[in-house]
Amino acid sequence: MLIFEQSRPGRRNPIQAPAKLAETGAIPASYMREDSPTLPEASEMQVVRHYTKLSQLNFSIDTQFYPLGSCTMKYNPRACNTLASLPSFLGRHPFAPESHSQGFLGCMHDLQEMLKDVTGMKEVSLTPAAGAQGEFAGVAMIRAYHDANNDTERCEIIVPDAAHGTNPATAVMCGYKVREIPTDANGDVDLAALKEAVGPQTAGIMLTNPSTLGVFEPEIKNIADIVHKAGGLLYYDGANLNAILGKVRPGDMGFDVIHMNLHKTFSTPHGGGGPGAGPVGVSERLIPFLPIPMVTKEEDSYRWLTEEDCPQSIGRLSCFMGNAGVLMRAYIYARLLGREGMHRVAEFATLNANYMLVKMRDAGFELAYPNRRATHEFIVTLKKEAKELDATAMDFAKRLLDYGYHAPTTYFPLLVPECLLIEPTESETQEELDGFIAAMIAIKKEAEDSIEVVKGAPHTLPVRRLDDVKAARELDLTWKPHN
Amino acid sequence: MPFVPHTEEDIRSMLEAIGVDSIDDLFDEIPAALRHDLNEDTPLANVPEGMPESDVARLMHGRASEDGSPLCFIGAGAYEHHIPAAVWEITTRGEFYSAYTPYQAEASQGTLQLLYEFQTMMASLTGMDVSNGSLYDGASSLAEAVLMAVRANRKSKSKRILMPRTTHPHYRKTTNAIVKNQGITLEELDYDLETGHINPASLTDEPGDFAALVIPYPNFFGVLEDVDVLTDWAHAHGALVIAVVNPLALGLLKAPAQWGEKGADIVCGEGQPLGVPMASGGPYYGLMCCKQALVRQMPGRIVGRTVDLDGKPGYTLTLQAREQHIRRSKATSNICTNQGLMVTASTIHMALLGAEGLKKVAAQSHANKQDLVEKLTAIDGVKSVFNRPSFHEAVIQLEQPVADVLSSLAESNILGGYSLAEDYPELGNALLICATETKNNADLEHYAEKLQDIFTKQ
Repeated sequence: MLIFEQSRPGRRNPIQAPAKLAETGAIPASYMREDSPTLPEASEMQVVRHYTKLSQLNFSIDTQFYPLGSCTMKYNPRACNTLASLPSFLGRHPFAPESHSQGFLGCMHDLQEMLKDVTGMKEVSLTPAAGAQGEFAGVAMIRAYHDANNDTERCEIIVPDAAHGTNPATAVMCGYKVREIPTDANGDVDLAALKEAVGPQTAGIMLTNPSTLGVFEPEIKNIADIVHKAGGLLYYDGANLNAILGKVRPGDMGFDVIHMNLHKTFSTPHGGGGPGAGPVGVSERLIPFLPIPMVTKEEDSYRWLTEEDCPQSIGRLSCFMGNAGVLMRAYIYARLLGREGMHRVAEFATLNANYMLVKMRDAGFELAYPNRRATHEFIVTLKKEAKELDATAMDFAKRLLDYGYHAPTTYFPLLVPECLLIEPTESETQEELDGFIAAMIAIKKEAEDSIEVVKGAPHTLPVRRLDDVKAARELDLTWKPHN
Repeated sequence: MPFVPHTEEDIRSMLEAIGVDSIDDLFDEIPAALRHDLNEDTPLANVPEGMPESDVARLMHGRASEDGSPLCFIGAGAYEHHIPAAVWEITTRGEFYSAYTPYQAEASQGTLQLLYEFQTMMASLTGMDVSNGSLYDGASSLAEAVLMAVRANRKSKSKRILMPRTTHPHYRKTTNAIVKNQGITLEELDYDLETGHINPASLTDEPGDFAALVIPYPNFFGVLEDVDVLTDWAHAHGALVIAVVNPLALGLLKAPAQWGEKGADIVCGEGQPLGVPMASGGPYYGLMCCKQALVRQMPGRIVGRTVDLDGKPGYTLTLQAREQHIRRSKATSNICTNQGLMVTASTIHMALLGAEGLKKVAAQSHANKQDLVEKLTAIDGVKSVFNRPSFHEAVIQLEQPVADVLSSLAESNILGGYSLAEDYPELGNALLICATETKNNADLEHYAEKLQDIFTKQ
């Protein structure tokens, strides 16, 4: 039932608003609202109960194993939320003067410094609100760099076919054409195709390493040379940074600009779709173009860097400094982990993924790249199961929900048929991984014995499979009193 | 190891299952020259050693106390309002807090139904047909609205946008940074120095070629624009209307759908006043609503109601063919992650306050601002600047440099407002002040007394 359907005219929560309707005579009647918006009229307890019950319909990290590939669903430490929510932090106005901001600015400055170190980049701006905005900032900086050099014929961004959809969408938002290059049989960038693609029109390339195929691109230095020789710059999509955190640095691989997804690698919560934080790091040549604001330290105090300090900046990406509260959580996480803990993140994420890879292979599941190690994630292709048993990746995903596991990423990357992209993260126990593998084996057995159980899944969730076609054709996007 | 559950025995048995001797062996596909070892040449020299939770707690409490809890009269895009305790108690339940984007709809009905309820509330508040599930913040929502208007206005085909100077300066800068690479230009529209609003008489009668007119409401000075006239003018000249609103104000003021003859086409704005703390500027959320006819041009996630195999109602992400993960380079935007958790808080906030609660909060904020302006302008050397009605912010002019006055006030733990010196030098020593319902008479008196002291001392 919707909250609106629990409404009764006249039901109020008087303690949550001023007692009386204040005088508004200074505003002419023609500016005033005549109708009343359709908001619920429900008691505080009804509201609390309704949304508590809704929360219980969700899968989440706190309640389920959530091996969603490329999303890094690891434990979100509660301390990060509690400490980022101290009253002085929550109450701080974004335009508070520096005299009332040294605590906050200090945290942001320390975070900038740590992220520089972890990524091997020369300077960091924390301001992008999410990965896609970090990508935007990165490609906009590439463009600003070429423009500053009067190198204005560069009109293309190269993107591998395995890339996240945000990469080509970002290139277009920055006014570039997208040139897609293929992946070879091993899951690596096709070097011959890359050599053919680069030229005086190349502004840059966007790469994820480890790639979305769950393998580390070993020819990365070669790729960097090819692109740099053609005059282009290298963009690193940090979606998979958890695989190499503290072990390998994008700066050492030759990247000019990177974004990080702190809601993945630094364990800030995904919140049912956001917020994230997508700081960007750059090599020497892109420093002047970083988005503002940034924080700098002068003697013993911290201050903002703005337009005046950074005249060549690509500018602002949001009204204030981006998702400060997410950045605070990431900072607290980094302090809890410390340098050794950070180094171990990649190690144990990789151990868990390789353990699952071997166990899945031994159980008869086909690996997309059987000759490769897993990084922090790997891909199983269910094309055999789909062909022989009519059990698709979608069917396995939905049936896994009945077993109490969130499904891995399905049908991405697009070039592997019937794929599951599996990312266990470092925070899961061996027992949990074993449980998931046992469920996969059980589902395969079900598909052999009684396929309808698998095709009809899920059976135990609040709803069964939903009609997506109807949702898009007969749009019902808001509740109306009569429906 | 923090947040790594492996025992020595787990590690041993897992390595054995894999068939390698050490964890390091798992990294053997990475060229050795790129790998760092923790014990030797660690790259993490600037990352301190980890600390137990108790020590980090102590560190953070110390940092928080440095910033104090000043009495805040700054608005300028972020507003202090009462947030019922239940809002964040429920929002930070792990099932909301630690869930991913609801791609597996059957396992995400809680988040999806909540978003459907949010869309309903936001559409109703703005009077528009549809709402999306959020963008990053108010400023970037305006940038997305501009891109959307250029795509949607097929009649004009113009890439020019009429952007009033009464729009938040940071919104204008953000929008420019995001749209300029696509050849879109923002043409400034000036305001009337007496009234602080766009004087409709200043609009030309020339046939325009603008894709859209932006109307901030209330505008950056807190002033109420002549929305009906502006809306009709834009439509008469082939431009779409983008309303940039404070959604709380819409509890009291006319909804954008009712502006002029046909209403605004796209509504965007900052959702923060509805249940999100100021928290140094984010995370907040950008709201976006539009007319039904434009829904396929709207960026961001949208939830629709449908049925399951048994015909039971359920909720799912819909119109995904607009989005980057399906459409790639032809998507309406590159946005992926949005601000879902803030929307969760906002939905619960609106459910608790209801229409009457929002109206009372808006009215009280307006009344407190009226009181504050009256008290401050009673001081010799302080005067009101604009003569049009405003919501919960106003501009005052001081006979002394604003920066000095603000520093003096800050020493008394009062954040006196936002200086307009940089963005509006033509207004002289102008200060944008704000009072919300969280301020009582004693707070307003306190501000007035301290300001009086500063002026008396000089």
